[in-house]
Amino acid sequence: MRAFDYVRAGDTGEALRQGAGEETRFIAGGTNLLDLMKLEVMAPGKLVDITRLDLGRIGETDEGGLRIGALVTNSDLAADARVRRDWPVLSRALLAGASGQLRNKATTGGNLLQRTRCYYFYDRGEPCNKREPGSGCAAQGGMNRILAILGTSDHCIATHPSDMAVAMQALGARVEIEGQDGAREVELSEFYRLPGDTPHIETVLAPGELITAVILPPPAGGRQVYRKVRDRSSYAFALVSVAAVVTVEEGRIARAQLAFGGLGPMPWRDARVEQALIGETPTKALFDRAADILLADAKGHGGNDFKIPLARRTLAAVLTQATEAAA
Amino acid sequence: MQFQLDINGETHALDLDTRTTLLDALREHLGLTGSKKGCDHGQCGACTVMVNGRRINSCLTLACMHEGDEITTIEGLGTPDALSPLQRAFVEHDGYQCGYCTSGQICSATAMLAEIEAGWPSNVTGDLEARVEASIEEISERMSGNLCRCSCYPGIVDAIRQVTKEEAGA
Repeated sequence: MRAFDYVRAGDTGEALRQGAGEETRFIAGGTNLLDLMKLEVMAPGKLVDITRLDLGRIGETDEGGLRIGALVTNSDLAADARVRRDWPVLSRALLAGASGQLRNKATTGGNLLQRTRCYYFYDRGEPCNKREPGSGCAAQGGMNRILAILGTSDHCIATHPSDMAVAMQALGARVEIEGQDGAREVELSEFYRLPGDTPHIETVLAPGELITAVILPPPAGGRQVYRKVRDRSSYAFALVSVAAVVTVEEGRIARAQLAFGGLGPMPWRDARVEQALIGETPTKALFDRAADILLADAKGHGGNDFKIPLARRTLAAVLTQATEAAA
Repeated sequence: MQFQLDINGETHALDLDTRTTLLDALREHLGLTGSKKGCDHGQCGACTVMVNGRRINSCLTLACMHEGDEITTIEGLGTPDALSPLQRAFVEHDGYQCGYCTSGQICSATAMLAEIEAGWPSNVTGDLEARVEASIEEISERMSGNLCRCSCYPGIVDAIRQVTKEEAGA
C-alpha cells in the first residue's frame, strides 16, 4: 500500500473542505477501497475519514418515502423494520450480497461507489482502461465469465457488482449529493455513466463531491422479488440478478419496475421492457417478448455468452413468481 | 500517527503508520495473535473481531479509524480456564482441525447469535418479518463469511447449534 495522509472529518463541511483535490478519497466502511489500496489499484495520497459525520440515520420523507443516510450500514438497512415491510426487495438484495462481516462495515454510499470485480481491473500486470486509461482491455478475449453483456464498449466490459443498487434502481431511488458549491439530487438512473471511451469515469459525481443520502420514493406495494443467480449459494457476486416490483390488477400487469445486476456496467433498467409488460396478461410468451427487448443488443464475449439465455430464464422465473403470487 | 485503541476493556496507546490495518495492529504491535491473517482481503473471515459488538473483518479496516470504539478479540471472549460457551462447544464438537480459522469462526458466531437475537433476517429467511430460528440453514448462510479449509463445517454448525439450545433452555 502506498503511504497516505489521514484526516478525520467532524462534519460534512469539514469533509468537503478536506476532500477537495484529485488525490483525495473519502473513506467510510473501506471494505472495497482498502482492498484496492492494498493491491495499489487505487493509491490516494490522502484519505478523509467520514465515519464521524451525522449521516447514519434512516428517516422518513414528507412524501412518505425514506431518506437513508450515506453511512447507514448494509446490515442496518437490511434489518430496518420499515424496509423489510415496505421495500422488501431492498432488504432481499442487501442480504444476498457479501458476508455478515462485510455488511456490518459497508455503507449505503460506499456500496453505490464500489468498483467492478473484473479480474483485469485488479491485476496490475494486465492492461485495463478503467485502471489505466488507454492501456487496453484484457477482458475481451480473456476470462470474462462474470462480465457484462449490455452497455459495454470496445474499451470496457466490466459490470457494476452491487446487489443493493439493483434494488434501488428498480425502486426509482434518488441520490443526494453535497459539494462545496451546495447540494443536489440525482436520479439513480442518471447517476452512473456508460463506459464509452472513458470507463475510468463511472458516475456523475464530481471530484470532491460526497453522497450524503439515498432517497426512496413512497412504497410501491405489489409483489417484490430479488433473485440472484451465482456460482455458489452464498457470498458470491451475481452472474445475473433481477429486482422486480410488480403489481397485477384484474389479471393484467399494472406496474412493472425491473432492474438487472450482473449484465451491465451499471444496475440496468430498461423502460421499454417495462412498457411491454404493462397492461398485458402475464404469460410465458409475454415474458419471452420482454426478454427479447431487454436482450436485443446483448453481446457475449465468449466466456459470458451463457448470460444471455440465463438472463432470459431468470427474468421469466422472476416474473412468474411476481405475477403468480399477486393473481 | 498517534491514537488509542480500546481492546478487551484495556486502553492501548499506539503510534503507527496510517496504513496499519486493525489486524496488523492487533497482531504485530499489541501481541494479540489470536486473530489470524488468512487472505488479508476480507474473503476468509479468519481475522474476524467485534467492534462495538458487531463482527467485522479486521484486515479491511484501518486501525487509526477505530479510536473510541470497543474492540473485542478472541482473547477477550474467554480464557483457557474460563471458556466462553462457544469456545467450549467448539472443543466438544470438534469444530476445527488445524484451528487456523477457529478464532475468527468463534468471534463471528458470537456476534452472529446476537444478530439472530436482534431479529435480523438473512438471505435464507422465508418471511422477512417473522422471528428467526437458528436452523442449520440459517447458521450456514450467516457464517458464509468464515471459510474453513479443513472443512469442519458440520462440527462448527453443531457447536453453534448447541449454544443456541443451551441459551433457549436457560
